[in-house]
Amino acid sequence: MKRIITATVQDRAGVLNRITGMLYKRQFNIESISVGSSETEGVSKMTFVVDVGDHQKLEQLTKQLNKQIDVLKVSDITDKAMVARELALVKVNSSSQARTEIQGVIAPFRASVIDVSKDSMTIQITGKPDKVEAMITLLRPYGIKELTRTGVTAFLRGQQPGNVTEINSLSI
Amino acid sequence: MEMKRELNEANQPKNGADLFVWSLVDAGVDTLFGYPGGAVLPIYDALYRNQAPFKHILSRHEQGSIHAAEGYARTTGKPGVVLATSGPGATNLITGIADAIMDSIPLVIFTGQVAHQVIGTDAFQESDIMGITTPITKYNYQVEKLSDLPRVIKEAFYIATTGRPGPVLIDIPKNISEEISGKEFDSDFYLPGYQPTTKPNPLQIVKLADALSKSKRPIVLTGAGIQFAGASEELRQFVRKYNLPVTSTLHGLGVFPGTDEQFLGMAGMHGTYTANMAHYECDLLINIGARFDDRLTGKLEHFAPNARIAHIDIDPAEIGKVIPTEIPVVADAKEALNALIGSNISMPDHGEWIDKLQKSKEEYPLWYNRSDEAISPQWMVEQVYKASKGNAIVTTDVGQHQMWAAQFYKFDEPNRWATSGGLGTMGFGFPAAIGAQLGAPEELVVSIVGDAGFQMTLQELAVAHERNLRVKVIILNNSALGMVRQWQESFYDERYSESLLTVNPDFVKLAESYGVRGVRVEKESEVPALLEDIFAYDGPVVVDARVVQKECVYPMIAPGKGIHEMIGVKQP
Repeated sequence: MKRIITATVQDRAGVLNRITGMLYKRQFNIESISVGSSETEGVSKMTFVVDVGDHQKLEQLTKQLNKQIDVLKVSDITDKAMVARELALVKVNSSSQARTEIQGVIAPFRASVIDVSKDSMTIQITGKPDKVEAMITLLRPYGIKELTRTGVTAFLRGQQPGNVTEINSLSI
Repeated sequence: MEMKRELNEANQPKNGADLFVWSLVDAGVDTLFGYPGGAVLPIYDALYRNQAPFKHILSRHEQGSIHAAEGYARTTGKPGVVLATSGPGATNLITGIADAIMDSIPLVIFTGQVAHQVIGTDAFQESDIMGITTPITKYNYQVEKLSDLPRVIKEAFYIATTGRPGPVLIDIPKNISEEISGKEFDSDFYLPGYQPTTKPNPLQIVKLADALSKSKRPIVLTGAGIQFAGASEELRQFVRKYNLPVTSTLHGLGVFPGTDEQFLGMAGMHGTYTANMAHYECDLLINIGARFDDRLTGKLEHFAPNARIAHIDIDPAEIGKVIPTEIPVVADAKEALNALIGSNISMPDHGEWIDKLQKSKEEYPLWYNRSDEAISPQWMVEQVYKASKGNAIVTTDVGQHQMWAAQFYKFDEPNRWATSGGLGTMGFGFPAAIGAQLGAPEELVVSIVGDAGFQMTLQELAVAHERNLRVKVIILNNSALGMVRQWQESFYDERYSESLLTVNPDFVKLAESYGVRGVRVEKESEVPALLEDIFAYDGPVVVDARVVQKECVYPMIAPGKGIHEMIGVKQP
């Protein structure tokens, strides 16, 4: 099952290495990981998307993360109301004739063109992973020359409604 | 910076290396196990100049240093402190660090590093010790600024010795040791992410008490966590109050008296039949400070299949890791036991269970073969037990001799047993005995080792001689890697692939060449007088005890089998 876990960590040397090393050693499968600074100086936030077998493994994952000396807080936010976003850059083949057509394809995704050359254009998209996925699928027939994704970053919404599991369901 | 001003006042700290020495004094270090080299030359110079008020023990290999520090830590309860140089010095420590993390042994390890200016250039004797040791340390540091050094050292001692103990490594680049300070630095620290829970949740204690009050077949499994918490006395009170039978892990030996009536013996692969059957048949298993190692549980589906499981551990990640746990108690063993003692539980009558276990103890004791004159290794361990009156500190490597020592030496007190359990390290026992003896100079220290493992670290005989340590090495010499040989016999149709040591040194001459007394013994009749003699002798001795090669460790849970399927169980 796919889970989104966030960890607040102290920004000490080697902290990312420490955590990914622990996950590797314990055979947890990371689908994506994103790290960056937080609202507090010296504190970073990490977001992991992980695929774990069962609840016992999930519990072990959060416990092992919590055990790390630099980790301040671990949350599994999968079943909560949250905002989750990732950024993707897609360089796609485009002759000058196809350019307008591609722009038509990406417009509903509110993606933007950030670079154009003679035979390609680069599109930037931010959003939920399934939205990013959907746009990439539509662009694939044009021929994708290069693609890079940041992985998901996420946190809880300001307010938690009563029952949220359904809102997120499988799509994150 | 707060320092005990025991060092010469005129010798104010001049550079980073001086700060290192002063920080160690501040941390109360009395013994430093180490080996010099290029990157730690400034530190060794500072040890010399400051006439540091603690011992430095020069091992003959860094692995000797770290296993000695482990032996010291296991038997004194204080952290073992190690110093090695960069590169090969540091990598020679790896086995000991991995050993210490597996067995939760508190160590503070210092490694030298090449200077900051050349880190990352593959400089002479450079290795990425941070990368190498991250998975096998509780925490590790590379010192970035001189001003951090006192704080980092203080933090390291704190992390190593609190919560679940473990090894902490500090990598000190040479330029930091050389940097002139002239200042005193703050050593205060704050670790918001590291706050071990020591007090048990009262609701969980109530749950556990309730489970006990409903249990007809309770059992208490004791691990080394009780020793680390200094909770042996509380354990005794608890199990006496409610008349609970006790089993132990390999590392838990001694936290409860091995000769006590309520003790059923060690459980697990080579534990007693009674202890394993008690785990199999119990309806409540209270694990205190053990981690459900696979050598303890056997095949998981047969481990305590009908029992409610309660687990007291200071490390929350251990609870539920292997065995689903109904009653988790995250706490220091002492705190949890005190809470249970104070709970006034009304135990149901479980006399039938106790009687059954007592009967089983009589019916299925540990046993071994005797031959006419040749020495049975188990018998030899029993003789060591007798001759030492059960008071020795015993260390071992891994293998047959280790299991025989665990089976036939009865420990009545904690901190008297140092063995490599989790990692199973050959070569651990002898240097660990050196460390144990340095930590407890008045005690008799016996290192029971095999002929193969002893050859991995025997260069430390030099240290035993140099310091005239009363370490008695008993080699149970069967000219083989005994446990490997046993497994090949049992599970590989007697194909003894590379397990027979047809060429061994003359251990007596070898010991003598180091200035250590060496004795060979081949007949049982010679043993009692010999042991009496060497235990009275003021200095190190190596005994080459020629034992029966074909002897196997029994009883046994074969690999992949359940704890109720022990083989080699015999009735007298």
